[in-house]
Amino acid sequence: MQNLIDIKGVTHAYRTRHGALPVLDNLDISVPQGEFCAVVGPSGCGKSTLTRLISGLMKPNAGEVWLSGEKITSPRKTVGMAFQNPVLLEWRTIIENVVLPLEIVAPSMPKAQANDRAMHLLEMVGLKGFESKRPSELSGGMRQRASLCRAIVHKPEVLIMDEPFGALDNFTREDLWQTMRDLRAAEPFTAVLITHDLRESVFLGDQVVVLSGRPARTQYVLNVDLPHDRTIDILYEKEAVGMLHVLREQIRIAQGRDGGTDGGAH
Amino acid sequence: MERFQKIAVPLLAIAVFLALWEFVVWINGWPPYKMAAPSDLPAAFIRFQDQFIGMGWQTLWRTVLGLALAVVFGTLLGMVMGFSRVARDALYPLLVGFNAVPKATLVPVIALIFIGQHDFNTVLMAFLISFFPIAVSVGIGLSTLEPEYRDILAALGASKLTIFRKIALPKTLPEFFGALKVSVTLAFIGTNLVEIVSPHGKGLGALFLSGQINSDYPLMFAVLIALAVLGILLYYGVVALERIFAGWAEREAQ
Repeated sequence: MQNLIDIKGVTHAYRTRHGALPVLDNLDISVPQGEFCAVVGPSGCGKSTLTRLISGLMKPNAGEVWLSGEKITSPRKTVGMAFQNPVLLEWRTIIENVVLPLEIVAPSMPKAQANDRAMHLLEMVGLKGFESKRPSELSGGMRQRASLCRAIVHKPEVLIMDEPFGALDNFTREDLWQTMRDLRAAEPFTAVLITHDLRESVFLGDQVVVLSGRPARTQYVLNVDLPHDRTIDILYEKEAVGMLHVLREQIRIAQGRDGGTDGGAH
Repeated sequence: MERFQKIAVPLLAIAVFLALWEFVVWINGWPPYKMAAPSDLPAAFIRFQDQFIGMGWQTLWRTVLGLALAVVFGTLLGMVMGFSRVARDALYPLLVGFNAVPKATLVPVIALIFIGQHDFNTVLMAFLISFFPIAVSVGIGLSTLEPEYRDILAALGASKLTIFRKIALPKTLPEFFGALKVSVTLAFIGTNLVEIVSPHGKGLGALFLSGQINSDYPLMFAVLIALAVLGILLYYGVVALERIFAGWAEREAQ
C-alpha cells in the first residue's frame, strides 16, 4: 500500500531572540492511504508545527514532507484543517461557514450543489436544523461539529486536526469521537490528529505516534489493532487498556527528556 | 411596546434636559445676553430659517466629504499598518505625534497654504481630524487576527487578497464602525474649527460667528443646537450602516 503521507527526516527550528529553538528533530511519520494517525506527545513538543508542515503552510529547515507522491512546498487544495478553536466566521451562518472551502477550491461549483454537500455533512454530524443559525447561537460541541464539516466539505485527501476536541468537556468529547468515527466510515480521507488525550488516540487511531520532548523525534509507534467500528466501551477492555498503559509509559519517557537538558538528544 | 420605548426614552431624556436648562436660566434670572433659555431658541430658528438650512447644508456636505476621505485613507493606512510590522513601527510615532497637535493650530497653517480655498480647507480639516481612529482600529483589527482564521483559507492556497476579502475585512468591521462613530463627531469639530477660526461666511460656524458679532445670543445657542442635531443625525446614519454591515456582531439584548 502506498503511503499517502510521508514525513522523512523533518527537522525544524524557530528563530528566536535567544538563538535557534529546535522543535522537530529528524522526524519520521508514514500514514498509508485511508489511515488515521494520532500523534501524541508532551505539551510544547512541536505538534502544532507538524500540522503547519503537512499542510504546506511552512517549509521545514531539513527533510521532506510528501503527500500522495508529491513533495510539499506550498499549500494545496487537497487538505482540510480543524483546530482546537473552531474558528467559525461570526458573520456567516453555519451552512455558509461550511461551504467556505468550496468557494476557494471549487469557485465554479453551483451554490445549490455546494449547499447540498454541506447539508449532507451537517445532517451526518447531527446539526440538521441549525444550518441557518449563527455560530454564537451554538454550543461549543456543536461549533466544533460544524468546524469538522467545513474541514472535509471539499473532500480533502488529508484531514489535519490540531487538538480539535481539546476544549470540550469529557462527555461532549466522547460524542465527537463517535461522530469522527462515523464521518471516517462515510468519507474517504486520511487523517492526522494531534492530541494530548491518550484515550482519544486509541479510540480513533489506526496508529499512534508518540513524539519525544522538544525537539520532537518519533519515539514510538503503536499500531492499534482494533476493529474500525469501535464503541467507547472498547476503551475499558483489556486490549485497549494494555495499549493505554504502553502509551502512558512512553509519554513518561518523553517527558523525562524534556526540561532544558539536552542529554540524549544529540 | 419595545419599539415605542426605544424612541420614547431618548425623547423623554431630551425633554428633561431642556426643562432643566430652562429652569436653571429662569431660577438664576439670567438675561439672554448671559445665557439663552430653550424657549428663546424657536424664535431664532424661525428668524434665520433660510440661513440655518443653507449654512447647515454647507457644514453637512463638507463634514461628510471629509469623513468619506478619512474612511478611505484611514482604512488604507490601517491595512498597511495591519499587514506590515515595519510599517506599523514606522508610522505609529508619526501618527500619534500628528494626532497630538491641537488641530486649531493647524487652521491658520492650512489657510495660509491654500489661500482662499475655503471649501477645500474645511474638507481637509474634517479629514485630518477624523482619520486617526479609523486607521488605528483597522490596523489593530487586522494585526490581531488569530492565525487560525488565516490558516483555514491559507492552507487551501487562497491568495492574500482572498483572505483579506473573505475573513480579515468582515472581521474588522465592528472595530471599524466603533471608530467611525468617534470620527463622525471629530469631523464635525474639524469643519466648525475652520468655519469659526478662519471665517469665510459659509457653514454653521459662520452663522455662529455672526451671532457673536451681533450679540445675538439666542442665535448662537440655536447654532449649537443645530450642530448637535446634525451630529446626532450623522451618528445614527453610521449606526444604521453598522446594523446592515456588521449586525452579526450585535449580541441579543440581555
